[in-house]
Amino acid sequence: MSGMQSIRKALWDENPGLVQLLGLCPLLAVTSTFVNGLGLGLATIVVLTCSNILVSATRQWLRSEIRIPTYVLIIASLVTCMELLFEAYFPALDRSLGIFIPLIVTNCAILARAEIFASKHRVVPSMIDGIGMGLGFGLLLCAIGAFREFIGHGTVLSRLDMLFGGGPFAGLTILDSPFLLAILPPGAFFSLALAVAGKNVIDRRRKRAAGFRLSI
Amino acid sequence: MTGGGKPIWSAGLILAVIAAVCTSLVALTYSMTKARIVANEQAWLEQSLQPALAGVAYDNNLIEATLTIPLPHELPGNDPVLVYRAVLENEPVAAIFVVTALDGFSGPIRLLIGIDAAGIVTASRVLKHNETPGLGDFIDSTKSDWIDQFEDKSLSAPDRLLWALGRDGGEFDQVTGASITSRAALKAIKETLLYFEANQESVFAGL
Repeated sequence: MSGMQSIRKALWDENPGLVQLLGLCPLLAVTSTFVNGLGLGLATIVVLTCSNILVSATRQWLRSEIRIPTYVLIIASLVTCMELLFEAYFPALDRSLGIFIPLIVTNCAILARAEIFASKHRVVPSMIDGIGMGLGFGLLLCAIGAFREFIGHGTVLSRLDMLFGGGPFAGLTILDSPFLLAILPPGAFFSLALAVAGKNVIDRRRKRAAGFRLSI
Repeated sequence: MTGGGKPIWSAGLILAVIAAVCTSLVALTYSMTKARIVANEQAWLEQSLQPALAGVAYDNNLIEATLTIPLPHELPGNDPVLVYRAVLENEPVAAIFVVTALDGFSGPIRLLIGIDAAGIVTASRVLKHNETPGLGDFIDSTKSDWIDQFEDKSLSAPDRLLWALGRDGGEFDQVTGASITSRAALKAIKETLLYFEANQESVFAGL
C-alpha cells in the first residue's frame, strides 16, 4: 500500500474518530473551541507518530507476553514529555486543555495503532500510519471545535494566541446571539453525531453514483 | 513476537531495559523544560495577583514586597508560603497568600488568597489544580463564579462557626457531587484567615 493511499484511508475510510469511534473522551471534552481542538490534535499527532515509530523499531525484541506493558510504557513516557513541553512552551493552552494532555495516554486510538499496525510493520510505513491517523483525528477535532465555537460562542478562531503567541486574540465575532447548547457537553455529542451522519451520507451518495455508472 | 520456549526472565529483562530507556527520556525532557516551566508558573502567578486584590487601592510593586513564611506554620500545605504585600501611602493594606490545599479530590490545589488589613477576603483565585473536568473544575474562576462567594467575607461575617459548606451546617454553597473539592478550597481560605488574624503583625512586618 502506498503512502498516499494509507493517508487517505486514515483520513476518511478508517478515520479513528468518525469510523473507528476511538478516543471519544478527549474528542468530546476539549472541542469547545477551534484552538483547543488544534492543540490537542497536534499533541495527538506527535504522540501517535512517535509511539508508532518506537513500537515498530522495537518490534523484533517484543515478546507477546510483554507487548501491552511495553506499549503502555512508551505511550505514557511520550505523553509525559509532551505535557512538560506544553507547560514550558504553551502555558496558556496547557491551562486551557488541563488534564486532557495527560489523558492522551488513555486515547485508545494510540494503543490500537501500536497493536494493529506498528507492531507488524516496518518503521517508515508505521510513521506514515501514525501521521495519517493522527491527522485524521486532529482534523476531526479541529472541525468539531470550529463548529461548536461558531454555533456556541458565535466566534471564529478565538484565542489563537494560546498556540501562536502574541496578545490575547478574541477572534472574529460572526453570530450575535449564539446557541449556547453547542459548547455544553450535549452539544459535543450532537456535533459528533452530525459529523458521523454527514460522512455516511457522502459515502452512500458516492457508492450510489459508482453503482449507477456500473449499471450503464 | 512469540515467546516460544524462552524463559520468562528474559521478558522481564527486556521490559526493564525499555522502562529504563523511557524513564531517561522523561528525565531528559524534565531537565530541559524545568527552568521554563518555573518561569511560566511565576509569570502566571504575577498575572493573577491583580484579580486577587479586587477593589483594593495600593501604590507599591507587589513583586518586590514579598515575604516567605517558613515551615512550620499553620497555613495550608507543606511548603513555605509566599506572601505578597500591598501598601498604600506606607500603610499595609492587603496581603496575598500563595497556599496549597492538599485535601483536594485529585492532587494539590494551588490558591491565591487576598486578604485586606481588616481581615476581609478581597478575592481568591485558583492557580493550578487537577480536579475532574466538568465536575471539580468549578473552583477555577474561568469555569464558574463559585470562588467569588468568598469575596468580602471575613471570620466575623459570617461567624467563624459558619465557615463551612451548607451540607456541613455552614453558610457557603457547595457543588453537588464535588463536596470534597468545595471543602478543600473553603478550608484553605478559612485556615489562611485564621493565620492572618493571629499573625497580622508579622505578616506586615518590615513594610
